[in-house]
Amino acid sequence: MKEFVLIFRTSNHADFKPSPEQMQERMNWLAGIASQNKLVDKGNSLSPVSARTVRSGNVVTDGPFTEIKEFVAGYVIVRAESIDDAVELAKDNPVLKSGGNVEVREVLKRDSNN
Amino acid sequence: MEGKVTSQQLLPHLFRLEYAKMTAVICRHFGLQHIEIAEDIASETFLKATEVWGVNGIPDNPTAWLYTVARNKTKDFLKRQKIFDTQVKENIQADERQPAPDIEFTQQLFNDSQLAMIFAVCNPANSPGSQICLALQILCGFSVEEIADAFLTKTETIKKRLLRARTNLRNDDFRITTLQEDVIQPRLDTVLRTLYLLFNEGYFSASNNHVIRKELCSEAIRLTLILTEHPLTNGTKVNALLALMCYQSSRLDARADEAGETILFEQQDKELWSRELIDKGNYYLVNACSGNEVSKYHLEAGIAYWHTTPTDSKKWEHILQLYNELILIEYSPMTALNRTFAFAKVYGYDKGIAEAEKLQLEANSYYHSLLGYLYAGRDVNRAISHYNTAIRLTKSAAEKKTLRKEVERLKSSFS
Repeated sequence: MKEFVLIFRTSNHADFKPSPEQMQERMNWLAGIASQNKLVDKGNSLSPVSARTVRSGNVVTDGPFTEIKEFVAGYVIVRAESIDDAVELAKDNPVLKSGGNVEVREVLKRDSNN
Repeated sequence: MEGKVTSQQLLPHLFRLEYAKMTAVICRHFGLQHIEIAEDIASETFLKATEVWGVNGIPDNPTAWLYTVARNKTKDFLKRQKIFDTQVKENIQADERQPAPDIEFTQQLFNDSQLAMIFAVCNPANSPGSQICLALQILCGFSVEEIADAFLTKTETIKKRLLRARTNLRNDDFRITTLQEDVIQPRLDTVLRTLYLLFNEGYFSASNNHVIRKELCSEAIRLTLILTEHPLTNGTKVNALLALMCYQSSRLDARADEAGETILFEQQDKELWSRELIDKGNYYLVNACSGNEVSKYHLEAGIAYWHTTPTDSKKWEHILQLYNELILIEYSPMTALNRTFAFAKVYGYDKGIAEAEKLQLEANSYYHSLLGYLYAGRDVNRAISHYNTAIRLTKSAAEKKTLRKEVERLKSSFS
């Protein structure tokens, strides 16, 4: 089994103030993965407001990295046989309904690299 | 009513009740290394009772009689020990466990001794299964045969398991004489887990012996109650666990029919649910919610609470939400299956089937009985096939019988 980070991106600020129904949907998705014993870490949601971007030359700007309109809203870590299986898990995530997307990235393990 | 009770009838009852208490109290004086001495004194006391009561009849206060004899036997032992000590002093280490010259069997001492013994028995060095065996023997006075019966295991296996567990118990330097926060807290989770498993062993066991199963449940409740009666252990988790046990027990009588067959939740006679135990459950659940802590016992007690409210229209939504949280705290196949059942109740059986099939618990009988249940109104052949797989996989005779009935019902309604 490999581990994958699912990174949620959205351009929709409303995603940060989910309705009870949306909360329920997210929870169902997360618990559905946990029910398959494939959840490694339930991750975190990231604030769109309390956010700074630090660059070289002591330049600090407000907000997340703003050149692209989408910003990272949160992440979870799952366990799957392959990246295709991890993608299947990501396909049901409710963020897709509101125009967001999910990036799937395998976690590189130092000791499994050699 | 003047019922004539013979000593043959009274003794087994008293034995179960008092033997464990007596051992715990005496053991506090000798320390865990010498638990056999405490057990010998308790056994000799009961032996004497069988002899004397058989001839003279039962005394007015049998319990007081037992403790007087136990106290004298302990005194005698300590006297002999003292002579031994003074004569072969160099072999005996100076010990802070200076035995008091006399034991007063007071209620306070009973409670403290039993509590200390619970913590001594729940030694993380032993597997949870061994801890339960040890708890049943030392804390509940069960015989090896009774434990074997409850676990559907050979007595030899239980004996071996107990032998190993007792060695660990003696070697553990658990401070049984003083109850202090620093010894209690690190072990509290292990204790709760063992009591939880002990209860479940009774509640979900495959054993057909309903008397033993009920006793496992009531012993688990008795021991958990001891924890709620001491300020050091009366925390929110303990209360949540006790609430859970009360709610589950409220359905014990409704769960089996006169022939001992399991009755499915939906077909249970709700009149048989014990209102008293539900009220107790509510009481402890309120206590459990006095802090911010949410443990798995809180969530399970919450689920059990909603099951006591069969008419609430939002019931399954609440239950699903609690299962969602529970599965995030700790994965278990049973939690996953129960969560999926609740999911199907909220979002319909078609979505439920899709969610269930993702679990891929092919070797689990409950997985197949869940799919059988969800398919029943949609695809009878698949339902029957899943039920048959479940029948093949389950070890419980009662479960097999219930499932076979279901298959017959589906076959006849279809043809």
